[in-house]
Amino acid sequence: MTHQPIRFYQTGTFTVGNRLLAQEQRSVQAQAGRTNSLNSGHRACQGCGEALGARYAIDAAMDATNRQLVAANATGCLEVFSTPYPETSWQIPWIHSLFGNAAAVATGIAAAMRVKGRENVRVVAQGGDGGTTDIGFGCLSGMFERNDDVLYICYDNEAYMNTGVQRSSATPPAARTNTTMPVGSSTGARFGQGKNLPRIAMAHEIPYVATATVAELRDLEAKVRRAMEFRGARYIHILVPCPLGWGHGSAETIRMARLAKETGIFPVFEAEHGEVTNVSKIRRPLPVEEYLRPQTRFAHLFKPPGHPEIIARLQQLADRNIRRYGLLDTEAAS
Amino acid sequence: MKPKPFAITLDPGSSLANHTGSWRTVRPEYVDRLPPCNHACPAGENVQGWLFHAEAGDYEQAWRVLTRDNPLPAVMGRVCYHPCESSCNRGQLDQSVGINAIERYLGDEALRRGWKFQPPERQSGKRVLVIGAGPSGLSAAYHLAMRGHAVTIREAGPVAGGMMRFGIPKYRLPREVLDAEVQRIVDLGVTLELNSKVDDVLAARREGGFDAVFLAVGAHIAKRAYIPAGSAAKMLDAVSVLRGMETGEQPLLGRRVVVYGGGNTALDVARTAKRLGAEESIIVYRRTREKMPAHESELEEALQEGVLVKWLSTIKQAGESSITVEKMALDAKGNPQPTGQFETLEADSVVLALGQDVDLSLLDGVPGLEVADGVVKVDDSMMTGHPGIFAGGDMVKGERTVTVGIGHGKLAARNVDAWLRGEQWVHPPQHELATFDKLNTWYYTDAPKSKQPILDTIRRQSTFDEVVGGYDETTAQFEARRCLSCGNCFECDNCYGVCPDNAVIKLGPGKRYEFNLDYCKGCGICVSECPCGAIRTVAEEI
Repeated sequence: MTHQPIRFYQTGTFTVGNRLLAQEQRSVQAQAGRTNSLNSGHRACQGCGEALGARYAIDAAMDATNRQLVAANATGCLEVFSTPYPETSWQIPWIHSLFGNAAAVATGIAAAMRVKGRENVRVVAQGGDGGTTDIGFGCLSGMFERNDDVLYICYDNEAYMNTGVQRSSATPPAARTNTTMPVGSSTGARFGQGKNLPRIAMAHEIPYVATATVAELRDLEAKVRRAMEFRGARYIHILVPCPLGWGHGSAETIRMARLAKETGIFPVFEAEHGEVTNVSKIRRPLPVEEYLRPQTRFAHLFKPPGHPEIIARLQQLADRNIRRYGLLDTEAAS
Repeated sequence: MKPKPFAITLDPGSSLANHTGSWRTVRPEYVDRLPPCNHACPAGENVQGWLFHAEAGDYEQAWRVLTRDNPLPAVMGRVCYHPCESSCNRGQLDQSVGINAIERYLGDEALRRGWKFQPPERQSGKRVLVIGAGPSGLSAAYHLAMRGHAVTIREAGPVAGGMMRFGIPKYRLPREVLDAEVQRIVDLGVTLELNSKVDDVLAARREGGFDAVFLAVGAHIAKRAYIPAGSAAKMLDAVSVLRGMETGEQPLLGRRVVVYGGGNTALDVARTAKRLGAEESIIVYRRTREKMPAHESELEEALQEGVLVKWLSTIKQAGESSITVEKMALDAKGNPQPTGQFETLEADSVVLALGQDVDLSLLDGVPGLEVADGVVKVDDSMMTGHPGIFAGGDMVKGERTVTVGIGHGKLAARNVDAWLRGEQWVHPPQHELATFDKLNTWYYTDAPKSKQPILDTIRRQSTFDEVVGGYDETTAQFEARRCLSCGNCFECDNCYGVCPDNAVIKLGPGKRYEFNLDYCKGCGICVSECPCGAIRTVAEEI
């Protein structure tokens, strides 16, 4: 198990820090001297899950690589809000690629570093779900297939948020976006469409694939650290709620991510060479309704007369995740 | 300047130039809310405050914070009915924190390690007379001495402790614990005069040259009830039975003992009778178990020891070796009414435990001092109608427990201190209550309450050994760490971590955090993800 939860210390490892833990047991984010890779003054919306996820992940990567890190960044929210010309929020070597070629650019950086004999410098490529699952998919699959020495991080907010909330292939069924409006007989994004990129990455049998959310910092940090122990292609898929596109309160970002995990909608696991090696168990099981109801993108499911049959289908998807990954611990959950 | 690449005209800059704080319509603000345990404590202890230090294993600091309010933690950790635990927010999550047992651990640890109170640096030159060395008097003496006043306690009895000694049996409070905690107060420079009953308050004040007086003589006179009794019937009262246990005049109760009453004192007597060898120890009480004023845990322990209770019963008559009991029934208002059905119980003695009255004789002729319903009237500052004479504990209105007495002593001491300086003590404004809905309980580790060891029933029926045992160090620390720290920052770094804008500044251990309002966009994540509810949202003035 990558991240061994520490119990019985008041909040254990559930909170970001814990004054009762020894220094070496504390998270990167708890350190006063953390990199703050993505600095203040960025133009992300209030309560942005992606800004949070990016700082969590890149700070952890900086920590794991002794600050020898280069990042390539696909076009998308993250790129737009962090680098309006001529300012930048990045406190690391950072390059903006096209929307679709972040993986290829990162591959090039890694090759250059190898040629220059600087293999201690590690390379991260990052992008949103649009740049990853749609536009950059070809380059990404190529990077996986060649097993290039890059960690690709996808910040998944489940639609094209930067351009005004259009559906991507990571948009969940029944969600309302500006291109999947619940009008007439339509009830939002269709069932049976979309891609499950973590599973596609696993099908490439690359050394390391993991999913994470911004609700479980310690788990996320451990996965970045673990990813940096491998050479070759690695992929981390982080669920980052978007207050704007999902339609929840800006203070609810972390709660939404937590609910996605606790309902089984978003399975949190890690896999090595195509096989699942570890799953993050559900601590307090909840029906999917708890997750759907606070989000206006699912509001049409609850407006009278309501769509209990759609909610039931979403519950089935969650139940399948629970079954497939063994997310429920029948013994004492903690 | 370096030549710029094609189409680039500006030097790169940092986004720090962009003060996103201007987006904000609401701002987060760190607050301290009042934890329910602190709120409920009759002695006004800062429970959450001392648990904070116990969590980190700094037991001495925990004890020092505790004793700012209560000088008798080892006693308190045994005899308090812990309203703090009844109101503990963790009770709504799984089970309340074992505050009382941790307090006992700290108290015992202090005695083991010989921790002493830090005497005040300066003396005020004022003299205060405390009458009565019970919990209230000792507490007042301690708090007055800590404020630099010269305190003399006059105690009518041969030893200090009051009802802690003459009301609470030693299987609940071992005497060496009581003695040690009393001694620590005396070591502060308090003069304790035993066997010196005060008959005239005004004369005592005048002759001793005391600037103020605190009355805390308690309530020692047993209430009587009229029960027709034959000449041979053995009738005693609870106060003299329990007092006799301490003064060496062990009461002869016989093999079959009946105790009349439903309070904690009735249980204490019944349990004492059992330990003295009574085969049968029966409590006769006129109402039901739900209505019994005695504490549930004490009743439970008594029943375990074989004490029997006759619910809904009154004693009609007492004879030489038996009593007549009448069955009662509750009427619509819940009051017991006689049914006319009688029963005979074998009894060698009957002990009346029907409550106690205050001996007010020492107050005769004090101008301005008022008595109502058998207790002394005091104002909000604990002062009687006579300037400079204060009163507290069982002799004033209020619940009669050790903890309330200690609280009265503290409150009175603060007011005496202010009065001596010609000032008025004002209660500092209280923080808003940290209710359960203010917490984000997701973050707390699941952990059931730790149990305290209990003495074998056989030994509980035959000896006066202490029934309930204490925590060891590991258990005490584990239990302390179950505290949710309601309403008070415990530096979990959550706000520092969850801010998407790095707008929280970590100030270092013990210094908590600060918001960087230049960049805080007012999203409110820190507020909703603070486990203990120590951040609130306030509207910006725009």
